[in-house]
Amino acid sequence: MSLTLFNVVLAVFIAICFVGANAAYLVWCERKGAGLFQRRPGPMENGPWGLLQPPIDGLKLMTKQLLIPGGVDKAIFMVAPVLAMFPALISFVTIPFSNSIVAHPIDVGVLMIFAFAALGSMSLLVAGWGSRNKYSMISSVRAVSQTVAYEIPLMITTITIVMISGSLNLGDIVQSQLGGFWHWNIWPLQKQVGFNLLMPISFLILFVCSVAETNRAPFDLGEAESELVAGFHTEYSSMGFGLFFMGEYANIVIGACLTVILFLGGWSCPIGDLGFFPFTHNVGWFLLKIYLIIFVFIWIRWTFPRTTIYGLLNLSWKYLIPISLFNLLLTAGLLKVF
Amino acid sequence: MGGYFTDLISGTKSLLDGMWVTLKEFPRRPVTLNYPHESVKMYRRFRGHIELIGDEEGKPNCIVCSMCQRACPSGCISLGGVKPEGSKKKVLTSYILDFTTCSLCGSCVESCNFNALQFSNEYNLASTRKEDFIMDLLKRLEEQNQ
Amino acid sequence: MTEPISLQPDETFVLNVGPQHPATHGVLRVKMTMDGEYIYNAETVLGYIHRMHEKMAENRTYPQFMPNMGRLDYLSAMAFNHGYALVVERACGIEVPERAEYIRVITVELNRISSHLVWLGAYVLDLGGFTPLMYCFDDREQILDLLESVTGSRLTYCYFRFGGLYNDIDDDFISGTRAFIKRMRKELKMYAKLVTGNIILMRRLKDHGPVDQDMCQRYGATGPVARGSGINYDVRRNEPYSVYPEFDFEVPVYGECDSYARYLVRMDEMEQSLRIIEQALDKLPDGPVNPKKKPKLIKPPPGDYFAAVETARGNFGIRMVSDGSKNAYRLKLRSPTYSNMHLFDEACRGMLIADALAFMGSLDLVIPEMDR
Repeated sequence: MSLTLFNVVLAVFIAICFVGANAAYLVWCERKGAGLFQRRPGPMENGPWGLLQPPIDGLKLMTKQLLIPGGVDKAIFMVAPVLAMFPALISFVTIPFSNSIVAHPIDVGVLMIFAFAALGSMSLLVAGWGSRNKYSMISSVRAVSQTVAYEIPLMITTITIVMISGSLNLGDIVQSQLGGFWHWNIWPLQKQVGFNLLMPISFLILFVCSVAETNRAPFDLGEAESELVAGFHTEYSSMGFGLFFMGEYANIVIGACLTVILFLGGWSCPIGDLGFFPFTHNVGWFLLKIYLIIFVFIWIRWTFPRTTIYGLLNLSWKYLIPISLFNLLLTAGLLKVF
Repeated sequence: MGGYFTDLISGTKSLLDGMWVTLKEFPRRPVTLNYPHESVKMYRRFRGHIELIGDEEGKPNCIVCSMCQRACPSGCISLGGVKPEGSKKKVLTSYILDFTTCSLCGSCVESCNFNALQFSNEYNLASTRKEDFIMDLLKRLEEQNQ
Repeated sequence: MTEPISLQPDETFVLNVGPQHPATHGVLRVKMTMDGEYIYNAETVLGYIHRMHEKMAENRTYPQFMPNMGRLDYLSAMAFNHGYALVVERACGIEVPERAEYIRVITVELNRISSHLVWLGAYVLDLGGFTPLMYCFDDREQILDLLESVTGSRLTYCYFRFGGLYNDIDDDFISGTRAFIKRMRKELKMYAKLVTGNIILMRRLKDHGPVDQDMCQRYGATGPVARGSGINYDVRRNEPYSVYPEFDFEVPVYGECDSYARYLVRMDEMEQSLRIIEQALDKLPDGPVNPKKKPKLIKPPPGDYFAAVETARGNFGIRMVSDGSKNAYRLKLRSPTYSNMHLFDEACRGMLIADALAFMGSLDLVIPEMDR
């Protein structure tokens, strides 16, 4: 029993390190990427290619004063940033990086990730409510209605995949896709569901939902800089802001992981297991895939203008939910037939 | 119902078009200048703050006619001169430019009929003290002569 | 989506947008009474950057006031200088050499493009897209470099003189401008792909921000705002000044009365400005840029004078009353965005805040010009 406890603590510790390093260096990637997309060099003063920028930024955030505006509900105000970071951390426990690298394989891993993702939007609500700021308030209301609208198609799409692979365990879902890129769920080539042509579209739906779920541009209605100043974190300074920031990037990593696991074959090598090193199913492929997905996240952010709340709800209720529902029914039918 | 799918397809296409535009920019070289390490060459006509022009001996061309002082919209030029005994021309004794109120319009240079004023090419003029912008142009000319 | 909803005044709260807010691009303050995310009314509060330019004109000689004109609208300073030069020239009866007129048109139109580029970038930034801003500034940089090489300044040019210009253009400027025209045509195609055609942008602008002809006339809106409402009015064509009648250009007019129409008017205007510059460069005559006979002291005869020009934002009019002294007795500036802004309150009622700010951006506000 104590060994299990030790395992969990170790897993959480590693997850924290992984998330922290990722969050810090994804900020660097984001800024560098933004620069390159915009005909400018991005960070380049601190260290080679500006690589020392994230630790310096972190130091700056930590040494700044944490301002608490007068009249706020202190407990709620302080708990919100923690609530933003914590669920993202916990979700990493069940994500399988490869066959053996998984902190704690849970049979209902998918459910757990969704449960904690829903908790993440709680932090926005609490932050907006606790800030005693009208902009924050508007932003938190927006963020919650956005999350509600996007979790539905996200779950429906996931259920489709769960039906195909017959398991809620993330590891098992990947196992069913091993053996080359033609086995991945993104392609309409799965024999057991009779070459369901809607699978690539399902992938797109899941991708759009994970962008929306992480409050990223073009769905960054919660932050909406030009409308709501900085949205729910307007009043946060120092590490309070830092935690929101890290939470956002941790959520991006989770979104990317989920996309890769459900549709892109997790840690599987694209051309099948050839038996010698780079071409085996290993964690390298997993990381490569999630960073590719994250690159697309960044690319999208620095291309499009922001949608509005009704544009976003329209997209969700008029396109994503009907199409994903249709795909669910189709998959169920095909599973019965084949 | 027809509009439903055409909207979806044309919308997706417009998004992909936009993404292609930004992707093409991604590998290109940045167009910006790495400012503190490199700097641009200023144009010949760049209007910096003014400075006095000296003759071959280094004496200012200025004859203290005060045209620049009168032309200045913000009253930031004050100059003084004395007429030495036996000479017809005035000699410049002080030329103070209060750069804090100067709007760099160039009226002074234009009003000068004696080729005594020009624009400098200096633009790195940041300072935290106000006194740095009360410029003694006569002293500046002497420093330039050395 | 902007159908009027039933608003209950007792459930509203006041949202103070500005004077420091990312969407107002300056020190504009809008007191919005909100019902949730819907706007009940929006009161514009001016005066945070009032500098008494009209009063300054009464205390300065005519040439001394010229630099002030660039401080009104910092984005199209050239057109404002042009207006002031025109009114004084009309008052004193100064003839402008033909070459100077052509160079004036070239620089004013270059300045108009640079102003529209800033608007485009800032507008897409208002809508949440960051990248087009950088591309716009890259293109604008080319214009600023060109103008700096002739005028010596990058923003507040103060290039025009009564009767002529500060100095002549050189061959580098001409070849540079030709190269810029070529580059800009390519870039405009890129903007069409990246911004104009984007579905998210279209959804946010089409059928939002209604400003109809009647409203334009009541508030005196001009420029792209009026032309986006189907009013075919451009000072350059309707009351021609300078050498504009000699050029072949179109005045883009769209009748949809929404933000997207105003957006398209400005995009088309950039193209037309390129056409004007190209023709002016081809026709550029030789000669002096300053008149031979020029009064030493500017003292317009007593009277009441008026001149209007088309700036990037609309009709800019100057009424000058002279009492024959070397200072103006009264100088009234009629700046375009002051009128354009005031229809905001009426038009934005019942809108969502996100749409209202997108609408505000489409009016192309430059606060120092509104609040002189």
